[in-house]
Amino acid sequence: MTGSTVTGSTVTSSTVPGKIIRPYGDTTGDGRIQVSFTLPVPFGTPGEKARAEGAAAQLAAKMGLDPAMVVHAKGMGPDYTFFIVYGRVSHLVDLSEVKVTEREFPLLSPAEVNLRIRSGLGRKLVVVGACIGTDAHTVGIDAILNVKGHSGEKGLEYYREIRVVNLGSQVAVPDLVTRSKAEGADAVLVSQVVTQRDAHITNAVQMSTAFDAAGPGRPLLVVGGPRFDPSMAGDLGVDKIFGKGTTPGEVASYLAYALTPDAAADAAGAA
Amino acid sequence: MQSRLNLDPAVVREARALAAKAGQPIVEMARTHTTVSVERAVLRLAGLQGADPDGTPWVNRLVDEVRETTGLEHGVTLPAWDALLTGQYDSLASLAEAAAHGKVAFRIPAGDDAAQARAAASAALARGIARIDANRARRAEMIAQTSEPRKPWIYLIVATGDIYEDIPQAQAAAREGADIIAVIRSTGQSLLDYVPEGATREGFAGTYATQENFRLMRAALDETSRELGRYVRLTNYASGLCMPEIASLAGLERLDMMLNDCMYGIIFRDINPRRTFIDQRFSRQIHARAGIIINTGEDNYLTTADAVDAAHTVVVSQLMNEFFGKEAGLADSQLGLGHAFEINPAVPDSFLLELAHAQLIRELFPDAPLKYMPPTKHMTGNVFAGYLLDAFFNLCGVMTDQSIILIGMMTEGIHTPFLSDRDLALENVRYVRDAAGRLGESFVPAPGGFIEQRAAQVLHESVGLLRTITDEGLLNAIADGTFGITRRPADGGRGLDGVIARADGYFNPASDLLETGAGQ
Repeated sequence: MTGSTVTGSTVTSSTVPGKIIRPYGDTTGDGRIQVSFTLPVPFGTPGEKARAEGAAAQLAAKMGLDPAMVVHAKGMGPDYTFFIVYGRVSHLVDLSEVKVTEREFPLLSPAEVNLRIRSGLGRKLVVVGACIGTDAHTVGIDAILNVKGHSGEKGLEYYREIRVVNLGSQVAVPDLVTRSKAEGADAVLVSQVVTQRDAHITNAVQMSTAFDAAGPGRPLLVVGGPRFDPSMAGDLGVDKIFGKGTTPGEVASYLAYALTPDAAADAAGAA
Repeated sequence: MQSRLNLDPAVVREARALAAKAGQPIVEMARTHTTVSVERAVLRLAGLQGADPDGTPWVNRLVDEVRETTGLEHGVTLPAWDALLTGQYDSLASLAEAAAHGKVAFRIPAGDDAAQARAAASAALARGIARIDANRARRAEMIAQTSEPRKPWIYLIVATGDIYEDIPQAQAAAREGADIIAVIRSTGQSLLDYVPEGATREGFAGTYATQENFRLMRAALDETSRELGRYVRLTNYASGLCMPEIASLAGLERLDMMLNDCMYGIIFRDINPRRTFIDQRFSRQIHARAGIIINTGEDNYLTTADAVDAAHTVVVSQLMNEFFGKEAGLADSQLGLGHAFEINPAVPDSFLLELAHAQLIRELFPDAPLKYMPPTKHMTGNVFAGYLLDAFFNLCGVMTDQSIILIGMMTEGIHTPFLSDRDLALENVRYVRDAAGRLGESFVPAPGGFIEQRAAQVLHESVGLLRTITDEGLLNAIADGTFGITRRPADGGRGLDGVIARADGYFNPASDLLETGAGQ
């Protein structure tokens, strides 16, 4: 074993010699990887099988796998074949070019979040949550908002200093804007699960545009969902994006950070 | 079936008695109310199809017009058939069109006029119900000509949004071993207060449930059933604001199974509780008549609540679904009660807990075609670990004799399954079924052991919760967030404005035929 460690997005660069790496199979620098894919080719007669495996090898070669080994091929119905391919890639990864979105806020316990809101705001922090557009999958927003929470962390309803208004599923954007105003929302949390035809992107943009059009005093806009790219907040016109695996504690910590006066000053400075 | 868990029969009896006590007031409410969707379903059963140029179905136009003029307290059929007879319209569609143009003066007829309207409406509804009966007979005939698949039935989902893409995918899935094809609905549909018309090619995360889509898919699967010599069942969703209409269309187009939970729409779609329970009773009467197996949605509770802590809420909901289902005329063999393999795999003895829950439910409902749902919550994106978890799910399913197994996808939560994901999933279940399909006969948990104790504990907690529910009333329990965590007050949610108290002269010939089982 070398001293290099790569865990998730945290890179301990001091132990990586030269910061240039290759995939690791069983030997440093062997560059071995595995991919699987389906091609629309039959896998019936011996001739078809040979042609199918050749087609898979060709794709692997074009993907930069050299040498490539088609280790598994299976016909699926009359027209498709599934392949598993192992091979060596010659591509290099330059760790100095890896960009990581660092968490810009400290992770706080519920007690710390409550304290920060109490001392910073002097009142309850109001959160309005919803699934917008045609999306009826409330599992995500409920997991963040409901007392029950998920992954062992209680949801935002559990926080004494946070008042949660969960509007549920398929909320129309104009209704969300109106309700947010009526409730005096500090933050609006929107969950989007459905991604067909990029509905999650379209809906998020529609929402941010509507809030911008509603005039000054726009609440903090937070969107979440398994298929969002957290670096796209600017493109969507929202303040923060949470991706797959976000826990209620992370969201609560972010809200406390972004909505208490110190943080507001930071944000103003950044803008 | 011999009990392997030594369940106390007195406790089981008490649980059922409590469920009946909690459910009875709801049944009374359903008997004394109707909804716009129930009335529209009656018109659909009488053969009214089609939509105005804006796509609003004629059933909606006609019911809305009647509601605005005479009200719906007497039901739609009396004023509608009175207008049909006195205005000499050649069809319900032309009546609806005229009504939509404000050209029909509806009234509540009296005397001979009322008798004639009642007779004509009853004859029309008898023809509709006869078509449902004929479909039921046709299903039996198809099964006789092909064959009944062995259990557990393999349940697979297609969801492209385009019925013409769904069809070849469904046929391919059936050839690969699926016994049941479920066409997931477009995610927006449950909150639409109308059923779209015609064949549809656009949907979000699913395909709209329409009468024409039902017909097209059933015809395609009939063709595949004949090709395979095995009857392939078709499933859709009788839920949401149009539950009774979808149920009717399912009966008219010979669908075989329908998702139809007593509380799912309330909890997960924020549909008004009263609306849901009233719609549900009529829907289940249709399903009962059509020989459709309902699938209940208890698996969903475990996606928001913890699968260990909330195990008893699943049992309580199943008992409620059983009570409401039987009251509406469903046989045990039509009660596809749902549950799921959703315990966090990091919990010690998680597989033993799953076995205890699954076996408990099997023994509580020995004659029900239980529907067992695969892990979703703890599918992490590690597709290899997910494949293993799905295999354990399949194993638990065969060991505890589950009847309907929804196929788990290792890419759950990542994307709509690839063709290869589905193929690998079927390979997984086929391996487990072939390798261990008869393991159930040897699965006898140790007396007094962990599994037996856990099952007894869940049953005990279920009885405790049922006592609370009977004390405070089911609607209040739902309002308090007893199921699936979410709180749903009885007067909140969508669709309450479509609930109408029945007047003394309320007339609904479909309900009358279904209540009495007449003509069967």
